[in-house]
Amino acid sequence: MEHFNLLVFLAVTLAAAWQTATPIIYAAVGEIFTERAGVLNIGIEGTMLIGAFVGFATTDLTGSLALGFTAAIAAGMLTGLLFACFTVTIKANQVVVGVALNLLGLGLTSFLFRTYFVHTGSGVPNMPAVHIPILSGLPFFGVALFQQNIIVYLSLAVAFLARFVLFSTSFGLTLRATGDHPEAVAITGRSVVLYRYGAIMIGSSLAALGGAFLTLADVNQFVEGMTDGRGFIALAVVVFSRWSPVGAFFVSLIFGLFYALQLELQAQPSLGIPYQALQAMPYILTILALVFVHNKQDAPRTLGVPYNKA
Amino acid sequence: MDDIDIRPPAPAKLYLYDISTSIRIRSLQRLRAIGFPIAAVLVALCAGAALLAINGFNALDVFTVMIGGVFRNIHSITEMLLIATPLILIGVGLCVAFRCSMWNIGAEGQYYAGAVAATFFGVHLNGLPAPLHIVLILAAGSIAGAAWAAIAGLLKIYFNASEIVTTIMLNYIATIATSYLVTGPMMEAGVTYPQSTELPHALRLPILLPHTRLHIGILIAIALAVIVQAFLFRSSAGYALRVVGINPHAARYAGISVRRSVVLAISISGALAGLAGAIQIAGVDFRLYQNISPGYGFTGIAVALLAYNRPIGAIFSGILFAVLSAGSVLMQMNSQVPQVLVFVIEGMVILSVVAFGALGMRAGRSAV
Amino acid sequence: MNTEIFLKMENIHKRFGSVVASAGATLEVAENEIHALLGENGAGKSVLMNILCGVLAPNEGSIVFKGAPLKLGSPREAIQHRIGMVHQHFMLVHNLTVAENYMLGQGSPLRLIRDRSELCDRIRALSDRYGLDVQPDALLEDLSVGQQQRVEILKVLFQGIDVLILDEPTAVLTHQETDRLLLLLRDLVADGKTVIFISHKLDEVMRVSDRVSIMRDGRVVRTVKTAETSPRELARLMVGRDVLMELPREPVECGQVVLSVTGLSCNNELERPAVRDVSFEVRQKEIVGIAGVSGNGQSELALALAGLLPAKSGSIKLNNKEVTGMCSTAVRRLPLAHIPEDRHKMGIVLSLSLAENVILHRYTDPPFATRGLLRFGAIAAHTRELMRQFQVKASHEDVAIRNLSGGNQQKLVVARELARNPDLLLINQLTRGIDIGAIEFVMQEVLRQKVAGRAILLISTELEELLAVCDRIFVMFGGRLVGELPPDRGRLEELGLLMAGNTAEAARLAAATG
Repeated sequence: MEHFNLLVFLAVTLAAAWQTATPIIYAAVGEIFTERAGVLNIGIEGTMLIGAFVGFATTDLTGSLALGFTAAIAAGMLTGLLFACFTVTIKANQVVVGVALNLLGLGLTSFLFRTYFVHTGSGVPNMPAVHIPILSGLPFFGVALFQQNIIVYLSLAVAFLARFVLFSTSFGLTLRATGDHPEAVAITGRSVVLYRYGAIMIGSSLAALGGAFLTLADVNQFVEGMTDGRGFIALAVVVFSRWSPVGAFFVSLIFGLFYALQLELQAQPSLGIPYQALQAMPYILTILALVFVHNKQDAPRTLGVPYNKA
Repeated sequence: MDDIDIRPPAPAKLYLYDISTSIRIRSLQRLRAIGFPIAAVLVALCAGAALLAINGFNALDVFTVMIGGVFRNIHSITEMLLIATPLILIGVGLCVAFRCSMWNIGAEGQYYAGAVAATFFGVHLNGLPAPLHIVLILAAGSIAGAAWAAIAGLLKIYFNASEIVTTIMLNYIATIATSYLVTGPMMEAGVTYPQSTELPHALRLPILLPHTRLHIGILIAIALAVIVQAFLFRSSAGYALRVVGINPHAARYAGISVRRSVVLAISISGALAGLAGAIQIAGVDFRLYQNISPGYGFTGIAVALLAYNRPIGAIFSGILFAVLSAGSVLMQMNSQVPQVLVFVIEGMVILSVVAFGALGMRAGRSAV
Repeated sequence: MNTEIFLKMENIHKRFGSVVASAGATLEVAENEIHALLGENGAGKSVLMNILCGVLAPNEGSIVFKGAPLKLGSPREAIQHRIGMVHQHFMLVHNLTVAENYMLGQGSPLRLIRDRSELCDRIRALSDRYGLDVQPDALLEDLSVGQQQRVEILKVLFQGIDVLILDEPTAVLTHQETDRLLLLLRDLVADGKTVIFISHKLDEVMRVSDRVSIMRDGRVVRTVKTAETSPRELARLMVGRDVLMELPREPVECGQVVLSVTGLSCNNELERPAVRDVSFEVRQKEIVGIAGVSGNGQSELALALAGLLPAKSGSIKLNNKEVTGMCSTAVRRLPLAHIPEDRHKMGIVLSLSLAENVILHRYTDPPFATRGLLRFGAIAAHTRELMRQFQVKASHEDVAIRNLSGGNQQKLVVARELARNPDLLLINQLTRGIDIGAIEFVMQEVLRQKVAGRAILLISTELEELLAVCDRIFVMFGGRLVGELPPDRGRLEELGLLMAGNTAEAARLAAATG
């Protein structure tokens, strides 16, 4: 019986971990595109909120989940465009613009939500779980790994797709070169500015998709400030994973695991460990990662530096 | 250094080419100091108005309610100043960090650290004379904030860890730790609500105006803004911090320790944020709650940036943002406009500041 | 050789703001030759070649290539015309493999880069053909500088070019690698390519080129056949120019030794040896010059003397006091003044005011600071006095220094450093990037300082500057002091030979004129 309980606990925790990690995975993979091109976007927290809200609002109005996700991605791209205008064209400090974007994201979404939706009360339709044939029937882990919704599965696909795009296409090659030696890219006739705009917009749309996951496939309701630092966690995941998309998937899972464990612990206060210890774990882990992983040479060389044409 | 010849200043000699340009440059420098922040605020308010109008509110009415409400009577003004106090303190501190190119995003966490330390020493220490005890509480808050910030500074100089990420992480750790403390070790006995024991009455900060809540914190904030302004622009140590922030190579050439400056700058900003937290406990809340800050640490960033990192300027930008947030509460009550509009305006202020800054650089160059 | 003009750049002008980089340069290159472009730092060689490869657009002038006028909008267009350049700072991405670097920017962005065996085969084939030993799968950051250069050369060849331009290709190479490169250039010409290479080293120009064009002050002053010239003639053409200034110099008796350097060696920032076993002395009332093409260890020597770079071995003595290993602040208190090489990077803080720049090293010293506070009265008075003495043109000491011309900025730096009454004045590049009026002013000031009893070490890439003020000139090459000469215009050739690393020829010349 003991073994059985432990396995159930593990399965449930793992399922919750992946679920919790999903928005972080999207945001982190997106940020890898942005940072690989040499731009640090700390505004993804606000961008995720925008995605969460736009996705929620669209689905609430149209009843269509597909439209909700599409609108969220579009909103993310627009946010990215704004960020790129300020950081690439005006060459403003990327951290400062990121801070502004976070405030704008929090303010705008909360403002619009309170103006139009606060009295609606009801949530949006639930994203159905997709049971993968055979595998979902596996004892214990079937539930954990093969009865999630499509956006959760897609997070794995997106991580591998990102790796493919970054490391197996000419586009990804140029994008990575843009973050390392923009002059070498410019001399081949490709536009550094265009690539940075592109990378930022990819990053922002993925962050927005991660945000939309929260409202459309997780809690099914918009809550002010609901991203609750997931965007910042994603920034840490990027460093921790050494700018690798598949690495970011697994690092996010670790972070998700801590979230899930902390929730379990909150449900069982008898264990004597304060749940806050586990709650704080991802953040402490991130700092430790920065100290011990210590990977200056893995970072794109021109990260945070605006590109000036000669 | 007795070799320097200090005669009475020679009469300013006029040179051919540049008297008109440098007058233009000086006036441009002045324009940047005052004109740009005002313009930035106007742009942001216009954006806020547009947002209101699009969503069917009468922007003029809303702003009238806000401003009119905040300045309706002495009581409402003092309530606004209670919000301005932490904003000015945090903003002033961030001016120091930003001047040294340390991107401290962690004032929120440092504020929490200060509040926790102040509560701890207020509740658990007995037998000191009240005035001394109050000073001790405020000092404890400042030291806790400085120490919390110094973690990020030390990780930066020893491990090259980005202070942007570490300060953000330290924010979360601080708020989570506070949540643990008020539900655990520091929780008031016999109460189910997560809060600490109340500070003794004697430890409350002196009230400035009778029949209001306005305490001496605002005076402390203004005095510190003046002191920090003097520190940055009139002291040797402040000069060294600024040189490190602008050009670390020149700093090294000048024999300034870049590492020491970096840690000093972020610790000063942490100390001021921690002090803000301690003042909030000793002056307004009198006990620790889970959520003692409505994002003061983040609004403080906008306060510093709008002041173009000048501490005296942070007094005005701090009050401006306090008016906006106090007004937004009234706005929500009276015109059903969500008070979070303030965050939108803050974000727009930062973007305008950045845009005007870039513009000013260009104008500065073409003037020569 | 065919009679049709293969490549001609005519009357090329290029200005950057007020700085003239190319002042009507005209260059003719024949097909299938190795054409060397020789000149001192700042003669305009790189600018001219960057125009030819489409990186820079000229303000005036025309290019004729293979009988037709050539207008280039970008490096890509130059490549399409089969002209390619190997830049001094390689255009290689350090976290990609060699093959990936070759793929960069080629074809559609949607193209897959997975299957590159065919590309790798072609790279290997071309590499083998020229014996370049380039491994397509190697990661760039794992390669030595010499290997990276071969990768860069092969990259340009890979794009199918006919005209290969190399900018100072041997500056980063060891002796053996240089030999290998020169052989490669010969192979390329044998293969039908045309090579233009920029250099300031006479021996390699003599060894490998067919013709040499000498550039000075943004113009091509002569083009000669290598077979019909001598290192001496080239050296004279390269350095011998109209005398810009003759400063009156009174003979002064030198005093006691102030700076004494023995066996000093140090590494550069990349931990490569930069200064090798350098020994010399500087006395009171003496100006000692260190000549040399930039990148031969002078920067590191200056930083080491100023306490900003640790010495690996050897000793530095100032006023008979061991200062090796002292920090810069301690060295400055001895006192040593240091006018750094790169004004904008080190010497000044652009966004601070004149007054704030004047106290850069003295922000804690009385009377500028007492009890930790800056004394603006004293600072402003001192600044105004320096501005008056050194004729710094600005109406007010509160103006940000970025608004001043380079000459006025440098005058303020010189004024600041001299105000401390130093025993030793260490100057690296006194006149770089400043106008002629300011040049004369600061040089006269340096002479006055000498008469006043200071010991002065002047490091410069400008021979004219050294000849005008120095009492003795050392030549630095490859991190070593390779010769010492008096500031005698009659021995310019010898100086040029030494600067170009041609020690043997210089010795022969010295013996002959002896």
